[in-house]
Amino acid sequence: MLAGLRPALAQVQSILQQVYLIGARSLVIIMICGFFVGMVLSLQAINALEQFGASDQVSLLVGKSLFRELGPVLTALLFAGRAGTAITAEIGLMRATSQIDAMELMAIDPVQRVALPRFMAGLISVPLLTAMFNALAILGAVVFSIGVQGLDPGIFWSKLQTGVYFGKDFMGGMWKSLVFGGIVSLVAVFFGYTAKPTGAGVGTATTNTVVLSSVLVLIFDFIMTSFLT
Amino acid sequence: MLETEQQARQTPSVRTSAAPIIRIRDLVFRRGRNTILDGISMDIPRGAIVALMGPSGAGKTTLLQLIAGQLRPDEGSIEINGTNVSTLSDRELYRFRRNIGVLLQNGALFTDLTVFENIATPVREHTDLPEALIRRLIMTKLNSVGLGGTEDLMPHELSGGMARRVALARAVVLDPLIMLYDEPTTGLDPIAVSTVRTLMRETNDALGLTSLVVTHDVVQVSQLADYCYIIASARIAGEGPPGELAHSADPGIDQFINGKVEGPIAFHYTSADREWSLLG
Repeated sequence: MLAGLRPALAQVQSILQQVYLIGARSLVIIMICGFFVGMVLSLQAINALEQFGASDQVSLLVGKSLFRELGPVLTALLFAGRAGTAITAEIGLMRATSQIDAMELMAIDPVQRVALPRFMAGLISVPLLTAMFNALAILGAVVFSIGVQGLDPGIFWSKLQTGVYFGKDFMGGMWKSLVFGGIVSLVAVFFGYTAKPTGAGVGTATTNTVVLSSVLVLIFDFIMTSFLT
Repeated sequence: MLETEQQARQTPSVRTSAAPIIRIRDLVFRRGRNTILDGISMDIPRGAIVALMGPSGAGKTTLLQLIAGQLRPDEGSIEINGTNVSTLSDRELYRFRRNIGVLLQNGALFTDLTVFENIATPVREHTDLPEALIRRLIMTKLNSVGLGGTEDLMPHELSGGMARRVALARAVVLDPLIMLYDEPTTGLDPIAVSTVRTLMRETNDALGLTSLVVTHDVVQVSQLADYCYIIASARIAGEGPPGELAHSADPGIDQFINGKVEGPIAFHYTSADREWSLLG
């Protein structure tokens, strides 16, 4: 029975390994960017809201714009640049160095072995990275609003808690990030798999991954926002 | 369908037999308007090492890809042990390929796996052997190519010759019926060439395989192959035991074997538009 489970376990192990390689290794860039996006968002929000004497609403504005739009979209764009390119280049080089051919000749399905684990890992990683991006962005907003601008912490947290909804705002963004993860991973795997087996071919495929996945993320963001709001 | 392995294999003492294990008839393959192979017919006897030679771009590697089922012919048939490869479905082809070992030009080792995992990959994919048995099998194969102790190294830590030997161990780990070699010694130093060549002969005889070797190396063919085909201009330009070919009176064979510039084998790439492009 255990022998029968071995292919499934190997596949799960392969997906988890890719989650580490493309997801966990993207954490640093996601966390740094998230923190500074939160800082700049609260800076702009405070500047704008001060004109109406409503600077205590900053956490509401930051929270809604972050969870609904900026978190999922920016995470997906960063993921495309950091991990999407790595996936395309890796698979493209595997094709250029005949590793994909070798798999086919050994009767091993390269789609199952190479493409599927990377696609699944992208699907799992992007929502988790989005949650981490959101958390660090809120931290950035706290540091700037409370630490630098001296806003009252009680007001900051109470506005965030009462004005930002878990289901509509946070989970809405999470659903988006799941779709974005699928888009970026699929585009990355596709261009890697179909890359011409040359240096220039792999380079072109990598560029195409960033361009197409970024455009598709923004298009699907509009479509999904239209349905979710 | 294929015979069982015991039926299909020859005893090592009998190097070749008359019954061909690979039978190719009137094979035609085109890429766009270019005919790469035009009416190729050949018989590869069981247990033999057969060399495919010819100038670059003559279609040798294409022929190997057709035999392995990576490409489908436009006309003609390829029978391996009685199975017509060109009519198999993708699923049947995958099952069938377990009987074929292939050593690609650069070895094509998986760069993210250790030497051990590279060789274990096809075993894990196609068998349910327990881990202890897999380990013993891999170590046996590694020792047979003289690389015991390298199992934990990564491919980038190996020399070209060592990588080629690991790839050979991986190709024969499931004891295939047929081995296909695509320029197995290209880019290696003379000692590594001799080592790989000796291993190819020993592996072929010890495991009762049939080997098809694509190569440019005339010396290698004379020392390794039992029989040789020369492919030029999409057709078989000559065939025979290497000793006979070396003294052939045929101008095409003589040109290729002795590396002469002048002769019937064209230096220029033949393109349908070439004359027009020269005329402007």
